[in-house]
Amino acid sequence: MTTNPDDASKMSQIELTSNLPTTSMRAVTGTSVPRLPLLTIRATGGWAAPNLREVWAFRDLVVSLAVRDVKLRYRQTYLGVAWVVLQPLLAAGVFSFVFGTIAKLPSNGVPYVAFSYAGLLGWNAFTSTLGKTSHSIVGNAHLISKVYFPRLVLPLSGVLSTLLDVAVALGPMAALLVAYGIRPGWGLLLLPIWLVAFVLLAMGLGLVAAAVMVAHRDVGHLLPIATQALMFGSPVAYAASAVPERLQGVYGLNPLTQLLEGLRWSLLNQSPPNWGLAGVGVALSVAVFALGSVLFQRTERRFVDII
Amino acid sequence: MELRTHRDVALSISGLSKCYQIARLNDKEGPAPRGFLDRLGFGANRHRTTREPFWALRDVSLEIPWGEVVGVVGRNGAGKSTLLKILSRITEPTAGRVDVYGRIGSLLEVGTGFHPELTGRENIYLNGQILGMRRREIDHAFDAIVDFSEIEGFLDTPVKRYSSGMYVRLAFAVATHLQPEILIIDEVLAVGDAAFQRKCVARMVDVARSGRSVLFVSHNMAVVKELCRSAVLLDHGRVVRQGSLDEALAAYLGSSTDDRREFPPGTPVRSAYARQEDDVVRLYVEVDAGRPLATPNLGFVISDHLGSPVCGTNPVVNRSAFPVRPVGRGTITATLTSPRLLDGTYQVSLWLDDGSEMLFHEKHCVRFDVRGMARPLQLDPKDVGWIEPECRFDFAGAN
Repeated sequence: MTTNPDDASKMSQIELTSNLPTTSMRAVTGTSVPRLPLLTIRATGGWAAPNLREVWAFRDLVVSLAVRDVKLRYRQTYLGVAWVVLQPLLAAGVFSFVFGTIAKLPSNGVPYVAFSYAGLLGWNAFTSTLGKTSHSIVGNAHLISKVYFPRLVLPLSGVLSTLLDVAVALGPMAALLVAYGIRPGWGLLLLPIWLVAFVLLAMGLGLVAAAVMVAHRDVGHLLPIATQALMFGSPVAYAASAVPERLQGVYGLNPLTQLLEGLRWSLLNQSPPNWGLAGVGVALSVAVFALGSVLFQRTERRFVDII
Repeated sequence: MELRTHRDVALSISGLSKCYQIARLNDKEGPAPRGFLDRLGFGANRHRTTREPFWALRDVSLEIPWGEVVGVVGRNGAGKSTLLKILSRITEPTAGRVDVYGRIGSLLEVGTGFHPELTGRENIYLNGQILGMRRREIDHAFDAIVDFSEIEGFLDTPVKRYSSGMYVRLAFAVATHLQPEILIIDEVLAVGDAAFQRKCVARMVDVARSGRSVLFVSHNMAVVKELCRSAVLLDHGRVVRQGSLDEALAAYLGSSTDDRREFPPGTPVRSAYARQEDDVVRLYVEVDAGRPLATPNLGFVISDHLGSPVCGTNPVVNRSAFPVRPVGRGTITATLTSPRLLDGTYQVSLWLDDGSEMLFHEKHCVRFDVRGMARPLQLDPKDVGWIEPECRFDFAGAN
């Protein structure tokens, strides 16, 4: 949208030489200032890692925005925060009726409710993060155009509120495990790795979507459909083993497959995942996150001019 | 301005420029794109938009000394808001630099991030943090904020239940308890009742007295006069004058005799001017909307030279007939026959919509002078306002 800063500064230099300004305040530049400026504002360019120190300085805001998000979601509701637990439970109930009872999709011998709840735990962490991150810029346009803070604060606060939901949703999971007499093995220790990988993968994709959505809102329309397709293409409602042999290769390319398999192994004590593929899945999540945040960093300075 | 040592400088701006790319349709090749394919950029007309550079700021160099309230004045489109946005780091400059020698805080809007469902207390914290305060700082200033806003009894009520006055007071209270060394304020005093405005002005004077600096943008010259001792006049993105307030204001009002106002390419309103013609005021607005408008609803508000509104209307409110066939380009003339205006300089703000979508609005974009429109014997507008009332006096009684 805006010109490349280099081009633009060239343009302005041409302007300067051809049309020397004659304002009364021109004498200012050139002299040295004894005290170092606290801050210098100028055009920046190129690729850079996100300025984490600055984000850290705004950590209070990240927390407050996340708390606002959670509070607002349950204000003027009768059941209040209970919805955090109820929502995934009801969803798992619907899943087990439609996919388990009617469609009789395989669940590796685990009671279908526990099987689908475990899958939904990871899936919800993924979609909730993706949704919040991708809308974090456009949805907060009024903030962005009126006040400065590191733009990364917005997606981060969304992730924080998602993590809170995930933590609460672990309660019913534990109850289901007890109810069905399932004993997770040592794999439980790796549970945080899978959950973090879900969030990182979603955040990386979400940051790219958020940056693109600033100029092209089409992404906002495309994303729900893509997410839905992805759900059927991932072992959320069925076991990965149900996928025909000849499709397993393609199927394994989806990092969500590996993460969901790992998650179920951690929680339900199923057969361990393919460690090589699981490792690739986690590494891919980290890479997508890194790529997304660098791209976000590069484009964030133009958000205001386009939005 | 006299020479200063650099220790006295709070902000040093040099060669600051900002260029926006304005999308524009190429008119020569046919009608404007209207189909949905065109909008997506796949239609036959896809090459018909070009981008034109628009310099909102051009090589602005300024120094803002410590302990001074500096007013930034100029017409709409002069670059005031762009300057403040760059200083607040909301947008980046295209070229040039700003060296900032203290903690900077900006207030471009009252109540940024306020959420109607949250209580007053919750909003104080959230808004304070959005403005860059740490939680601890807000804890510290909390009582003072509540005190200033006069809403003690409603702290735990959602702000959607507040009156608009309470809302503004609370929002402003948070903002004024920011403790930046350099405070940047845009047009926010236009809200709130007179008593509260006075309180806010006093508060800002305090800020300056404590040795900090304030950069203040407003259309309301009365407030600028009250607050600032020096001012910067911007015009078309350049600094035209910096110096004492009177000097800058004189230059600002002096520039008003240039009557015809042209707007940047791509704007639905191409140009506008207003003038007194005997005992009426005529406003001529040249429109090129790029598509036919069934209801070209052109509204205007006439304000006095200080920016306070005097009167205004639009064809819908005025029950004027719209043209029988939609018009895409042409001239709209508004003839004001009543009220009669007293002698003085006036400014006009313009709005254009097509009944549903706002196409254009620009505050204080046109000026005109009035001489002898009302009766020759006039009371002082400062005392009685700017319009001459139609009035009949009846005297009843006996000797």
